[in-house]
Amino acid sequence: MARYPIRCLANTTIHTIMSENILNLLNYTFFTNALLAALLASITCGIAGTYIVSRRMVFISGGITHASFGGIGIAWFMGINPVAGAAIFSILSAIGIEFVSSRSNVREDSAIGILWSLGMALGIIFIFITPGYAPNLMSYLFGSILTVGTTDLWLMTALAVFLILFFTGFYHLILFIAFDEAYARAHKAPVQLFKYLLISLVALTIVLNIRVVGIILVISFLTIPQSTANLFTHNFRNIILLSILIGIVGSVSGLLVSYYWNIPSGATIIFAFVILFALAKGFQVLMEKAMIRKQLNR
Amino acid sequence: MAGIFEMHDVSAGYGSEMVLSNIRFAVDELDFIGVIGPNGGGKTTLVKLILGLIRPMQGNIVFQNPGERNLIGYLPQVSQTDKSFPITVLEVVLSGLMSLKRGFGAYGRNDFHKAREVLALMGIAQLEKKSIGELSGGQMQRVYLARAIVASPRLLILDEPNTFVDNRFEHDLYELLRELNKKMAIVMVSHDVGTITSYVKTIACVNRNLHYHKSNIITQSQLTAYNCPIQLITHGEVPHTVLGEHNHTHHHE
Repeated sequence: MARYPIRCLANTTIHTIMSENILNLLNYTFFTNALLAALLASITCGIAGTYIVSRRMVFISGGITHASFGGIGIAWFMGINPVAGAAIFSILSAIGIEFVSSRSNVREDSAIGILWSLGMALGIIFIFITPGYAPNLMSYLFGSILTVGTTDLWLMTALAVFLILFFTGFYHLILFIAFDEAYARAHKAPVQLFKYLLISLVALTIVLNIRVVGIILVISFLTIPQSTANLFTHNFRNIILLSILIGIVGSVSGLLVSYYWNIPSGATIIFAFVILFALAKGFQVLMEKAMIRKQLNR
Repeated sequence: MAGIFEMHDVSAGYGSEMVLSNIRFAVDELDFIGVIGPNGGGKTTLVKLILGLIRPMQGNIVFQNPGERNLIGYLPQVSQTDKSFPITVLEVVLSGLMSLKRGFGAYGRNDFHKAREVLALMGIAQLEKKSIGELSGGQMQRVYLARAIVASPRLLILDEPNTFVDNRFEHDLYELLRELNKKMAIVMVSHDVGTITSYVKTIACVNRNLHYHKSNIITQSQLTAYNCPIQLITHGEVPHTVLGEHNHTHHHE
C-alpha cells in the first residue's frame, strides 16, 4: 500500500503530532503537497462540477469516473503510468457517451450503466492478471491525498490554469450552449465542438482528482460543494466561486482528519462536505423562518 | 412583398418515421402566420426545419438571405427549457445577440444596452439580475421573448407561447406581437385556435401535410377539408373570433 509510510509515521508519532501546532505540519513536504492538492482539487472540481450539476450530467460523470478504472488496470498491466491510462480511457468514454447520446437510439442511461461496470470489470481483471501484488488499488478507489507527488501537482496546476482561462474566455458561450442547446444550434454556435471539449475537460478533472478523493468518491467533490452553493445563489459564476470556497474548507478539514485518524482522505473529505451541506441547509431554513417572522411582524 | 424563405416539397421526420411530407410553404416579410394542427401532426417539426435544427429528408428550404437563418428569433416551448439552470435574466437576453458576435466572443457595452432596452420594453427591467428559476411563467415567457427579439430579426418563430401563462399575459403578449409584426414576420404555433385567429393574418394547418389558408377566418368544415382534426373553441371575451360558417371562398392549396 502506498499509504504505508504515512501509516507508520502516523502510528508512531500520533500523540506528539496531535499536540503539535498544525502550523508545524507545514514543515513536512507531504503535508504541503496535500494542502496544495486540496486547493487545486477545489478549483478544478469547483469549475467542472458547476458545469456538470447545471447540465444535470452527474450520472454521466459517474460513468466516466468508473470507466477510467479500466484505463488504470490496463496501464498497470502494460507497465505505463496509471494516470495516463485513466486519462485516455476516460476521455474516450466521455466522448463515446456524448456521441451515443446525440446520435443513436441507445438509451443514454443504459449505455452509461454498461460503460460504468465494464470499466470497473476491466480494471479488476487487468490488475489481477498483472504479476506481483496490486499496490495502490485502495488509494485509487478511496484516494490518498497524503501521497500526492510533485508530478500530480504540476498536472493539476496545468488543468486548473486551463480551466480558469477556458471558462473565463468562453463564459458566455459555455452558458449559452449549456442552457439552451437547441437555441444555440439554431444560431449556429459551435455546439458539438464545445460539448466534446467540455466533456473531455470533465473527464480530465475526474482523472486528476482520483489521487485526492478516489474513484468511488470523486463524484461527490463535483456535486456536494455545488449543491451547497446552489442553496444560496443561482448565478453560474457565483456557484463556481462559492463551491471552490466550500471545496477548500471541506477538503482541508477532511485532510486534517485523514491525517490524525489515518482514514482514507476521500472518505473524510466527502464526510466534511456532507456536514457543510447539512449546516448550510440548516442555516438556510433558519434564515427563511426568520424572514417569514419578520414579514409577519411588520 | 419580399420573401424570407420558401420550402419546396420538403419531407422530414426522425429516423425512418416521416412526420411531414411534401410541404410547400413560404414566409414573406411582415407575415403573421398561425400554425395549427393536432398533436403529433408536425408543428414542432416544421419549426425545427425552419430553424435548421433538422435537415429535410427530401426537398429544400431556400432563404432569400442565407446568412439570416441564424438570426431567426425563436421562442421555444416552455417545457423545452431547464427552469433550474443557474443563469440570470440578463444573461439569457444577451445570448440572443450571440450569433452576431464574431467568434462568439464577449459582449460589448452596446449589447448590454440593447438587452436592457428590450427588457424595459417587456416591462421586466427590474428582473435583470434574477435567475430564471425565480420567475413566474409569464415573466419567463417575457424573458424568452426578449431574447428572441433582441437582435431585431426579420422573422420571429413562437412555439406554443400561450401555454402555462395567465390570461392577462396572453392578452399582453398578443398586443406586443401585433406591435412587433410591424417590423418582423411572425410564425406562431398554437393549439389555441380560437384565440390566435383574431391576431394572425393567415393560417397554416399542419397534419403531415400543410394547407395554407390565406385568411384568419377558418371554419370547422374547412379544417375538415384540410385534414386538420382540431376543435375550434370559442373564447367569448376575445373579439373578432369569427367562427362557424361564412360565405367567402378560399382557394385550397
